[in-house]
Amino acid sequence: MNIDSINNGIVIDHIKAGQGMKIYNFLNLGNLKCSVALISHANSHLMGKKDIIKIDSDLEVDLNALGYIDPEITINIIKDGVRVSKYHPEPPEKLTNIVFCKNPRCITSTEQELPHVFELVDRVKDEYRCIYCESKPKEID
Amino acid sequence: MRSIINILDLTKEEIDQLIQVAEDIIAHPQNYLEKCKHKKLATLFYEPSTRTRLSFEAAMYELGGHVIGFSEANSSSAAKGESVADTAKTISCYADIIAMRHPKEGAPMVAAANATIPVINGGDGGHNHPTQTLADLLTIHREKGTFEGLTVGLCGDLKFGRTVHSLITAMARYDNVRFVLISPEELKVPSYVKMPLKQKGISYIQTTDIESVIADLDILYMTRVQKERFFNEDDYIRLKDSYILTPQKLAKAKDTLSIMHPLPRVNEIALAIDDDPRAAYFKQVLNGKYMRMALIMMLLEVK
Repeated sequence: MNIDSINNGIVIDHIKAGQGMKIYNFLNLGNLKCSVALISHANSHLMGKKDIIKIDSDLEVDLNALGYIDPEITINIIKDGVRVSKYHPEPPEKLTNIVFCKNPRCITSTEQELPHVFELVDRVKDEYRCIYCESKPKEID
Repeated sequence: MRSIINILDLTKEEIDQLIQVAEDIIAHPQNYLEKCKHKKLATLFYEPSTRTRLSFEAAMYELGGHVIGFSEANSSSAAKGESVADTAKTISCYADIIAMRHPKEGAPMVAAANATIPVINGGDGGHNHPTQTLADLLTIHREKGTFEGLTVGLCGDLKFGRTVHSLITAMARYDNVRFVLISPEELKVPSYVKMPLKQKGISYIQTTDIESVIADLDILYMTRVQKERFFNEDDYIRLKDSYILTPQKLAKAKDTLSIMHPLPRVNEIALAIDDDPRAAYFKQVLNGKYMRMALIMMLLEVK
C-alpha cells in the first residue's frame, strides 16, 4: 500500500499498532481541511507492527499533549520535502482540557465552565492528578 | 494576599509560628481582643457544619472582628446557579477574608483563584480540611510536646475522611513519624495520600484490626464513617459500625496515648471514654478556635 510522501506537514510515527485512531480523534484531525492519512498495522523493523499518521499541511497542531498518550511515538516535521525536526514528545507538565476528571465529587463535575487541568506529579510513572481534587484522569477512549 | 487551601500551603516554620501565637492567645487572650477590629470574615458554608463554622465565627469575634455569611447553599445564590468563582468575586467586595466549606473537592481553590481577599478552606468534599489539621497539630503539640518520633494511628473512614488526609500530609513532614492505618478494606487511605509516604520512605502499615496495634500507638485518631460521602446507602450501613472504641479495646493501650477525633462522633467512641484522661477530642475543639484565630491574623497580616 502506498501513501505519497508529503512536502510540508507532520508525520507521527511509531504509534503502537491499533492506537492510531485514538490519536486521530484526540488531535481532532477529522476537522482539518487538509489531507490526513492514517495507516494501520504498517510493518516496522522496530515494533513489528505500528500505526502512522501523515498530516499534509504545515498548520499548527499542538502535539505536546501526545507525550501524555505515548511518549515513545516519533514526531517528524517536514518542510519542503525535507525532515527538519524529529523528536519524542515529552510528557507535558500540565494538561488543560485534554483529559477529564471523572470524580463525581470534583468541582468540575458541577461547574461546566471550569477547565479540566491535570498536573504531572510523578515523572517516573507519568502520573497526572487533577489540580482540584487530585484524582487521576479519565482514560482517553 | 494568600490563601490556605491545603495544609502544605503552610511551611513547617509557619505552623510553628501559628502554634506560638495560639499558645500566646491561650495565655494572654486580653491582648487579642481588638486585633481584627473593623475586619469582616465571610463564612461561606455550602454544607452543614457545627464546629468549623462556629469556630471560625467565635475566632473572629474574639479578635474583635465581624462575621457575615451563610450556612447552607440554599440560602445563597448558589441555589440560583451562581458559580463559585462569581460568588468569590462578589464576597471580595464585602469582606476582608473568606472561610469556605463546600461539598465539591477543589471549590475553595477555585474561590481563591477568583477572590481578591484571602480564602481559607474549611473543608472540601472528602479532600482537604487544613484548619482541622491545625487544630490537630496544636493538640498533638500540647499533649506530646513534639511531633517527632510519634506513632500515629488513624482509624475508621480513611478513604473519605478529609481530616485524615490533611493530618497524614502534615505529620509526614516531621522526622521519624510512623503511621498505622486502621480501616476496613473499602475505606483505605487513597493512593494519592500514600504516594508521598512511599516517595519519602516514611514507615506505615495498613491493618483492619485495631486491637492488634493499639499498644504501639502514641496517638489514636478516630474518625466517623460519613454518610454524606456515600452514594450507596447499603455500603454506608454495612460499614458504619466498623470500628467502635470501647474501654475494653483500650485495655492494652499506653497510659500516655492521646485519643483524638475531629468530631462529630456518632458512636465510634463509647461515651465511657470521655472521662478517660487520654481523651483529647474536646480539647481539639478548643484548640481549633485558637489556631483559626492565629491563622486569620496571619492572613490579614495583623501583628
